[in-house]
Amino acid sequence: MRCQQCDKQAMFHITELETGEVREVHLCEDHARSYLNQSEGASQPSESPGPLGVAQTAEELSELDQKVCEMCGITFFEFRNQGRLGCPHDYVQFEQELEPLIANIHGAVEHTGRRPQRAAGSELPESTESLTRVIGLRKGIREAVEQEEYERAGTLRDEINQVLDNWHAEQQTADGTDSSQPSESPSSS
Amino acid sequence: MIKLDSLTNSIGEWLKGTGPESDIVMSSRVRLARNLAQYPFVGRASDQERGEVQQFLRSRLLQLPSRLSLDYVDVGGLGELDRQFLVERQLISREHAEAAGSRGVAIDTHEQLSLMINEEDHLRIQCVHSGLDLESVWRQISAVDDEIETVVPYAFHSRWGYLTACPTNVGTGIRVSVMLHLPALVITRQIDKVFRSLHKISLAVRGLYGEGSQAFGDFYQISNQTTLGKTEQELIAQVADVVPVLIDYERRARDFLVRETEQNIHDQVSRAYGILRTAQTITAEETMQLLSRVRMGVLLGLLDDVDVSDVNLLLVRTQPAHLQKLRGVELDTKDRNIERARFLRNYFETGSAEAN
Ligand SMILES: [Zn+2]
Ligand SMILES: [Zn+2]
Repeated sequence: MRCQQCDKQAMFHITELETGEVREVHLCEDHARSYLNQSEGASQPSESPGPLGVAQTAEELSELDQKVCEMCGITFFEFRNQGRLGCPHDYVQFEQELEPLIANIHGAVEHTGRRPQRAAGSELPESTESLTRVIGLRKGIREAVEQEEYERAGTLRDEINQVLDNWHAEQQTADGTDSSQPSESPSSS
Repeated sequence: MIKLDSLTNSIGEWLKGTGPESDIVMSSRVRLARNLAQYPFVGRASDQERGEVQQFLRSRLLQLPSRLSLDYVDVGGLGELDRQFLVERQLISREHAEAAGSRGVAIDTHEQLSLMINEEDHLRIQCVHSGLDLESVWRQISAVDDEIETVVPYAFHSRWGYLTACPTNVGTGIRVSVMLHLPALVITRQIDKVFRSLHKISLAVRGLYGEGSQAFGDFYQISNQTTLGKTEQELIAQVADVVPVLIDYERRARDFLVRETEQNIHDQVSRAYGILRTAQTITAEETMQLLSRVRMGVLLGLLDDVDVSDVNLLLVRTQPAHLQKLRGVELDTKDRNIERARFLRNYFETGSAEAN
């Protein structure tokens, strides 16, 4: 069975009881989520007409849509269309834009669950944000190779190894193990 | 490399039919969504990057310090029948089976753990136990997650938690689900009321799927909808707290059926059993529906020559890919329906699937 709002498979079969009448709604996971958030939304008044839960004019929205992640290159517009982010850095790059959306989905804007063990009791940052630079660098290599700028590709490759080495070194000093090295295969240039 | 054929003869954790409250609760499941910090999410990764992610995770999963005995299956390299087979066993998602590009799954020997690589997120860890057993599922999966985290840099942000491709999973990345068999609530038409009350506390309900993606039987999965702002334990409790209530409703509905409609329900169950034993051709949907009735009948003591474990076994072995793998040939829908009926008749006649 297909989702009533798109072409995906309907995963949720929601039965609504309205004034004694039974109505069935068949939705994919994404549409079910927004549907259920909507029907629940009565308790969370959103005055905004914007899809992100913030007041937006068409102009503001189109400006927002052009924002680009500097690592993976996804635009906010592409994200809004696909409903999937491009890379972990997007949560930093689009933090402001994502906040109302996330608040709308989860009713919260702060993680309170488990945290990586590796950072516990050390000076290490919990965030793996520094590693996301590799994503941008790898994209740079692809572009350089396309333009036959092999020297630049080589420099970027060195930079990637530098980022990964730094990460590795930090981990090692933190707990004396060398297990979490995100190695980079040389074939990927 | 795992021998998929060896799985054909086992039943799989979720249908073992053991564990607490297993007359109503089929299985308890927890899934964690995780991503590597140094790669784009799967949907935006190049073919090469996807290949690297698969290699990176595969090599680390197969060399975990605890030497978890995992078998790796290259899902992208499997034929359609084998992929469907893994879906029927609930070891991979339908999306994972139908996707394109480098992807795989690591499965433990007991089929409790399955770790999908390159599904929507780089890594989706799933743990399932029979019956109502969320606590031990959580203990097992969080230990595995911790262990992987010592060798894999999971994308993590101090405010947003574990970062996922879809913001609906961000934070804990957890989905907690319990699968229930609720035939009496369906027969007494109370199921809608139950669902409605679940939505009010923001839990999601979905049916199980058979061939042609139609909901089958009276199996329903209850799961959490949000992943951020609550701890894993709180989210588990959100699901766990509602299950005893549902169990109680279902038990009362079963009691009601026996007390008030004894002949009627006995008749329904016996007819279902009769069709399963004599049909010459039967669809997967009808089979599920009838097996669901028979399962309830057995549990109510209305049928004494069948065992619940038989019913559970048949629930999985009569599904299309299982049927074809057991038969050893690919069959079209029409021939599958004939083969399914033959398999059922044989099973009930000899009391064993092995005799087929
Ligand atoms: Zn949809
Ligand atoms: Zn990005």
